[in-house]
Order: sequence, then C-alpha cells, then structure tokens
Amino acid sequence: MASKKFDIQAFPGFKPITLLCLIVLYAPLVIVTVYSFNASASLTNWEGISLRWYADVFSGPESEKFKIAARNSFIIAIIAATTSTAIATLAATAMVRGGAFKLRTVSFGLISMPLMVPEIVTAVATLIFFNAIGFDRGLLTILLAHIAFCIPFAYLPIQARMQGIEDTYEQAALDLYATKRQAFTKILMPLMMPGIISGFLLAFIVSLDDFIITNFVKGAGVETLPTAIFGSVKQGIKPNIMAISTMLLGVSVVMVTLSYLVSKSDKTK
Amino acid sequence: MSDTSQIAIDVRDAVKRYGDFTALKRISLSIMDNEFFTLLGPSGCGKTTLLRMIAGFEDVTEGAIFLYGDEIENLPPNKRPVNTVFQNYALFPHMTILDNVGFGLEMRGASKSEARRKAGEMLELVQLSQFSARKPSQLSGGQQQRVALARALAPKPKVLLLDEPLSALDLKLRKAMQLELKHLQRETGITFIFVTHDQEEALTMSDRIAVMSAGEMQQLGTPNDIYERPHNKFVADFIGETNLLEVSVDAVHEGRATCHLGGGHELTCNAVTGIGVGSKVHMSVRPERLFTSDAPVEAESLKGKVVENVFIGTDISTIVNLDDGPQFTIRTSNSDRGNKRIFDQGAEVFVNMELGAARLLVD
Repeated sequence: MASKKFDIQAFPGFKPITLLCLIVLYAPLVIVTVYSFNASASLTNWEGISLRWYADVFSGPESEKFKIAARNSFIIAIIAATTSTAIATLAATAMVRGGAFKLRTVSFGLISMPLMVPEIVTAVATLIFFNAIGFDRGLLTILLAHIAFCIPFAYLPIQARMQGIEDTYEQAALDLYATKRQAFTKILMPLMMPGIISGFLLAFIVSLDDFIITNFVKGAGVETLPTAIFGSVKQGIKPNIMAISTMLLGVSVVMVTLSYLVSKSDKTK
Repeated sequence: MSDTSQIAIDVRDAVKRYGDFTALKRISLSIMDNEFFTLLGPSGCGKTTLLRMIAGFEDVTEGAIFLYGDEIENLPPNKRPVNTVFQNYALFPHMTILDNVGFGLEMRGASKSEARRKAGEMLELVQLSQFSARKPSQLSGGQQQRVALARALAPKPKVLLLDEPLSALDLKLRKAMQLELKHLQRETGITFIFVTHDQEEALTMSDRIAVMSAGEMQQLGTPNDIYERPHNKFVADFIGETNLLEVSVDAVHEGRATCHLGGGHELTCNAVTGIGVGSKVHMSVRPERLFTSDAPVEAESLKGKVVENVFIGTDISTIVNLDDGPQFTIRTSNSDRGNKRIFDQGAEVFVNMELGAARLLVD
C-alpha cells in the first residue's frame, strides 16, 4: 500500500467535493445561459427556446441605454487595455532587464499590490482623489481609473513571459551589429508578443467587467455595461438581463481562451 | 598560423573585478592572425569572462584590448567586428534559419535580398541549405550549432569567439563538430578564440592553448608543449591523465634531480629551475610513458605489485603499488600488447620509464 503511487483520486470525498465545487461555480452560469433562451417572460418557467430576449436587448425599450453603455464599455476597455499594456511592457522591461537595481522588490510590490487591495478601497480612494483635484466625473475619470487598475493585470503575464526569454538573444543581436533599439524592436518585442497580447486581453476583460470602481468614479448619467445592467436589475430582473449577461460571458470566455492560447504558443521552445 | 607577424587580439594587463571579487587577475596575451586559439580551464577560471570582455559584454576594469592594433575595450559589442557563437546558440526563435544567418549582414546595412543571398552561401558552407526556411526549433542540436556558426561567420568578423559551443552535443557529434570547426577555421582564415573546459577538445583543435585557473593564466603553448611539458602542478593535473606524486629532492645535477618517492624508491626526474635539494615538490609522469616487466629494463625501474587491471577500450590501465611506496597507473595500448606484457593481479613487476619521462613541477 505504502509503495503505491500517490493518487489524489483515492482520497475519501474527492469526487463529491470536486462535484460540489463545480456545481457551485458553474450552475448559476449554466442556468443564466439556458434561461436567456427562454420564450417566457417569467424568470423561472420554461416555455421553450426563443431568441426573444436577445431581440429585446437590441430593439426593446432599454436597447438605447444598453447600446450607449456597451459602446462606452468597449471604448474604455480598448483604450484602457492598450494604455495599461504599453505601460506594463515598459515596466516589465525595466524590472526584468534593468539589472538588480535598488528598490526592485519594492517596485514589484508597488506594481502588483493593487491586485491585493480590496476593490472597494481602491474605488473610494480613486473617487476621493478625483474630488480632491477637482476633476469632473464622466467618461474620462472612468478611463483614467481603468488604466490605473489594469496595469497589474497586464503586467503579470508580460513579466512572466519576459523572464522566460534569456538575455543571450539580445546579446546575440548586439553582437551581430544591431543597435539597442533594433535589439528591442526586432528581437525582444516579437519574443514578448505572446505575453503582451495575453496581458492586453486580460486587461481588456478586467476593464470591460469592472463594476465597483466604475460605479464610484462615473459621472451622473454616464453608464458602462455593468453599471447599466445593475441599474436595470434594481428595477427588477427581466430575462433580457440574462441575455446581456450571456453575451458578456461569451466575450469573456473568448478573451480568456485567446489569452491562454497565445501565452501557450511559446516560440522560444 | 601561416602569418605570425600580425596580432589579431592583444590583451594587455586586463583585470576584471566584480566588487571585491577578482575574476581576472592581470592577463596579458597575444592571439595571432588566423590562429585557432583556445582558452582552457575549469568553470570559474575566468575564461568566459575574458571572452565576453573581447566580445564587449563585460567591461574591462583595468587594462586594454586591441583588435588588429585598434583599441576596442570601450566600444559597445555592436561596434566591434567580432562575432560570438553562444553556448546555447541563442538563435532567434521567431526567425527562419535564413533570416537568422542574414541578421548580422542586414544590421550592417546590407539589403534584405543581399543579406539573404550571402546567408544562403553561408548555409551552403555548413551544409544546411535545405533547412533555410525552417525555424530553429525544427532543427536538431547539431544543426542549430552549425546555424549559430554560420550566423556568426556570415558578416565576416575579424575574430570569431566561441563560448563552449559543443558542450550541449553528445560525444559522437562533438567529435565530428571538432573536426568541422577546425576545417571551417582553415577555410575561412578567420581567427578563432575557443573557450572550453574539455582538455581533450582543446588538445584536438587548437594551434595554441592558454590554460587558466582562478583568474590567472597558468601556461600558454602548443597542445604538445602543454601536454608534454606542463609548467606546474595544475596544468599537469588538468591536462590528460597523470601520475602526480609528492617527492623529496635528494640531489640536483645538470637539469636532473634525484628524488625520493618514499619506501626507499628513487627516481631521476627532469628538474625545473629553482628547485633546491631537500625541498618537497610534485612529480608528474604520464601513464603511457610507463610499462611493466618482470626484470628491470630501463634506466629507471621501480619494484612493485600489480593491484588491478582495468580494460578501457583502446587501452588497458594497470595499477601498481610500489613496495611500501606510492601507487602508479600504467597505460598500455591494446595495439601494443605484442611488445608489452600485461601482468596478472598480484604479480611482482618492475615499473619502467625512460630517463626524462618523469618531470618535477612547481606548485
């Protein structure tokens, strides 16, 4: 018995606990997805398959509100993800290729700490900050806040990728008469690209899905998709919310899958 | 070394310090034009540091480096007409083999088509033309190694630096690459500076070898010099197999020293200057310079008993304990067994060597 190979499945309760975790995690998502195709106006009675609520999202009474909110969300997500990815790429280059400079550990802590800070704290702090400097709340405040909190999300995959790239590639480039800029653009950047894309997609999805910080720093009447959904739900849950949620879920799944696939395609191997 | 008049690389009093640690302790050496030069030593001896200083990846704490008369130690790597073959090859994984080899040419200002044409010629030289469209990961270790060579040679550097490029290959491939490297060096006429910790590799390929240890140069010479006439204990021990014994000097006369091996055994050795009577020094004699017999044959003969015979392919290694004295290892080539007898374990034998085979060493 003792010589038997370690097998986690042999532990008592392995299967029931696994099953329970999977159900708790995924049952609500499955139910929302399934009921978004319900023909009934009721949330719980199943009356057959229909795309009625998807049509309602695009042409129903709330469609105008959702359209504007969705547009805001995507514009903010694209700009915030692009900006934060650019900043994160520079930060990672300095952290990984900058040698053992003073305060390196501190810098890493400062970059990644926002991930650990409760989001509500960041939200309140950001709001207070904007008030203190007299910044009118609106789309721009949302955008600035999103850029800031997206940086650590973009940073981590880029740093991880860069740590896997040996510095002999750049040395080889320099040895072969490339300037430092050419070594960066022709060698390091292409090799980092999977990490950069992965970081961008992660930042994009984090920005697209954010509710708490957005809700604090948005101006009156300015909505993103999550805040619009929340506003709509406050007046009672209708099946069209499930349709929107399912679409948002679809976007997230696609993005996360892309991010995973890109980071897995390791060209250095 | 067809043209010994020109010095390719001249290292003058080069020192490298990292904080309190001195990696290189004032090295001076001249590497000749068209020479296959090897920096040989155990890991941590400073050989790679010296190579990287010539390449421009490490700055020189003190001293100067000249390349064909031009002082280069303050130039960045991309301004030095030397190229490196890296230990892990460092082929650009996102580029094809052809673009890898053409990279240096392109960075030097050649057009894309010109770079590709010359890269194609280089690939022909290393017999990899059929792989030019592939990515490095699709090639075997030996092929990658040849691509790395082609890439470093393509811009026609004045000196090629090779940082243990064969260490990742298996033995058979390594042997083949050793010959190929030697041929490439002859064909291109480019000065090669080769770094290795493998003494056999160094002896096989080099015109001259600098043996290094602990940041210092121990000996500089041809492979034959270094093998047959090691200056000191480190070189004798590091290069090849040897019998290294501590002896006491009884008398010194005309370059020969009479020495005590312990147990009443006496031996006449080739002495180095500065060894005094009564001093305790090390003596080295190569196992292949020894042979056993049942009666004294040579001028130098020592009595002992066979402890063990070990078959090692081409040779047989015999271990003999001198009566009350030290142990000797004797190598007999299997092709030589008609002339030289192998005695069974336990046999009483004499260990013979010609006068001068044993050499005294400084520490």
